[in-house]
Amino acid sequence: MTEDIHVEALENVLTEPAAAFKHDYLEIRDLKVVFDGFVAVDGVDLTVTSGDLRFLIGPNGAGKTTLVDAVTGLAPAAGSVRFGGVELLGRSSHRIARSGVGRTFQTASVFEELTVLQNLDIAAGAGRKLRTLLRRRTSVPTEVEAALETIGLGKVAHLPAGVLAHGQKQWLEIGMLLVQNAHVLLLDEPVAGMSQAEREQTGLLLQRIGQQRTVVVVEHDMEFMRTYASSVTVMHQGKVLAEGSVSEVTEDERVIEVYLGSRSHGRGTAVIENGETK
Amino acid sequence: MNPALKTWAGFGGAAVLLFAVAPAALSDFRLNLLAKFLCLAMVAVGIGFAWGRGGMLVLGQGVFFGLGGYLMAMHMKLADAGPGGVPDFMLLYGNGVLPGWWEPMRSPVVTVLAILVLPAALALVLGYAVFRRRVRGAYFAILSQALAAAFALLLIGQQTVTGGTNGLNGFRSFFGYDLADPLNKQTLYYICAGVLLAMVAGVRLLMNSRYGELLVAVRDQENRVRFLGYDPALIKAGAYALAACFAAVGGALFTPVAGIISPADVGVVPSISLLIGVAIGGRATLLGPVIGSIAVSWAETGLSERFPSIWTYFLGGLFIVVVAFLPNGLASLTFRRRPSPATGKQTQPATSVDLPATSGGHP
Ligand SMILES: Nc1ncnc2c1ncn2[C@@H]1O[C@H](COP(=O)(O)OP(=O)(O)O)[C@@H](O)[C@H]1O
Ligand SMILES: [Mg+2]
Repeated sequence: MTEDIHVEALENVLTEPAAAFKHDYLEIRDLKVVFDGFVAVDGVDLTVTSGDLRFLIGPNGAGKTTLVDAVTGLAPAAGSVRFGGVELLGRSSHRIARSGVGRTFQTASVFEELTVLQNLDIAAGAGRKLRTLLRRRTSVPTEVEAALETIGLGKVAHLPAGVLAHGQKQWLEIGMLLVQNAHVLLLDEPVAGMSQAEREQTGLLLQRIGQQRTVVVVEHDMEFMRTYASSVTVMHQGKVLAEGSVSEVTEDERVIEVYLGSRSHGRGTAVIENGETK
Repeated sequence: MNPALKTWAGFGGAAVLLFAVAPAALSDFRLNLLAKFLCLAMVAVGIGFAWGRGGMLVLGQGVFFGLGGYLMAMHMKLADAGPGGVPDFMLLYGNGVLPGWWEPMRSPVVTVLAILVLPAALALVLGYAVFRRRVRGAYFAILSQALAAAFALLLIGQQTVTGGTNGLNGFRSFFGYDLADPLNKQTLYYICAGVLLAMVAGVRLLMNSRYGELLVAVRDQENRVRFLGYDPALIKAGAYALAACFAAVGGALFTPVAGIISPADVGVVPSISLLIGVAIGGRATLLGPVIGSIAVSWAETGLSERFPSIWTYFLGGLFIVVVAFLPNGLASLTFRRRPSPATGKQTQPATSVDLPATSGGHP
């Protein structure tokens, strides 16, 4: 039943000329998030430009999700987050989203009772006027149609999103970010729980999106990171531990120590070792 | 049967029942009683939309019902008193001077506009303020109920301008038509039936609109909607305002039908029993709230006359049974959808009243 991702169809979703995004960048300065005295994010500086596919990695509890929460207005934070010359901190979440920052959640959070098509239609519609909202949908918006093809959900467009397979839900989330026309895409563990084949397709799709938009992928899986990242930021205990290309980061002593020092987080450790002994 | 066809068949059936069967079968007294129930059912339609679709546990609709009812009552009292006249109860309890805020209700046009706009505007402002602070579920329910209690107390306390516990009553005419004339009473019934059907049709259209889809999305994943660039507080406040408007219209028609509006119609107990009707009928269905609310009103009239002391217990017990065993109301017994082969599960929300409290939280 499952279709594959069609990266080529992406052209019809992201229709604006790539040049429009050329100078986009997300700039995070001295970001700090404190929960009841516990410092979850501790003075993080991070700059991500469009055309880059940035991976944000780090052991469990490093503060990656909290960083995404802070940028999107979900966690109270101090410091500065700027995109397109606009300060995002202090704005409410829906206004941050309207300034072009989209995100997904670690656990897929699609609207389970609504169909795949309805999910995408809602994602595409934040700018709709009241008059349009009060009417029923008479045709499928073109970008939604194209997104359905891109994420390989055309055949299940009329099924409730709740019945989709896990990987398909994650793809739907990505599709929603696409039709939302997010300029900055923050994806929290988008391939967690996916099969190898699904990971590959997702990786290729994200690479293609990253050529045009500003994309940050929070990830655990070192192998996935190694294959698709163009640059990597490593977080540990709320701080940035290292930043650079994949090889720079995987050869960094402190990074190796963080991952080797916590063998319980097996996945990351094993992959680093593979890399070392290749 | 195709769901759209089924809905319109149900709608047509209801129209035949209300416009042909009931007037032929019922005595004037019973028909007037039914008109009263239809007014309460209008409130239920709004609750069904705000609660069933929007997940807002609106426990204080008596406030908006009361606002509509009292606005209409003010106009009727002034009309009965004649140009420049003062309502009888003010002469009786007060100093016989009409307060300034009563004055605009002399105009029938202003009265109708006030009924349509004021409660809805109040709900919009109040709802937006509350939902923006992410007050949800049980907290919202308690807040809305406190509002109903406060409103009833306010009415009781201001006897000289509101009629106090007695409320406003003894109306003689409704927009110039003599209320003692049985024919006019019958017309009033037809108005109620027509308005109720129009509300149901309106809700049906809204449910299928993009707004209706969005409202369900907010109910189930408020945060996700927020991160798509929508303001969920505004979306919810809109549905709350619509429910308030329906309740106000119900109250405004209830007043001439029942011949009285009093604090007993607007406080906590009537607010809850309105909600119970909706829960029993099935809050997420289209006709469930109407049928449930009429059934509860009917049973209340029959049972509470004979056994006034056990009625509340009976109602409470029924509510618990329905919420515990039939979260989608009795409608799920008769209209139960066969689990579709594609989904393997029902698409109605199968959660109990606390659904709004647990949904849309931090993922
Ligand atoms: N709402 C919260 N309240 C208190 N502590 C939190 C909250 N959210 C996250 N934390 C803590 O902050 C730290 C970072 O968490 P998180 O950002 O989820 O890590 P990661 O995504 O890198 O695995 C963890 O120790 C976590 O327990
Ligand atoms: Mg995380």
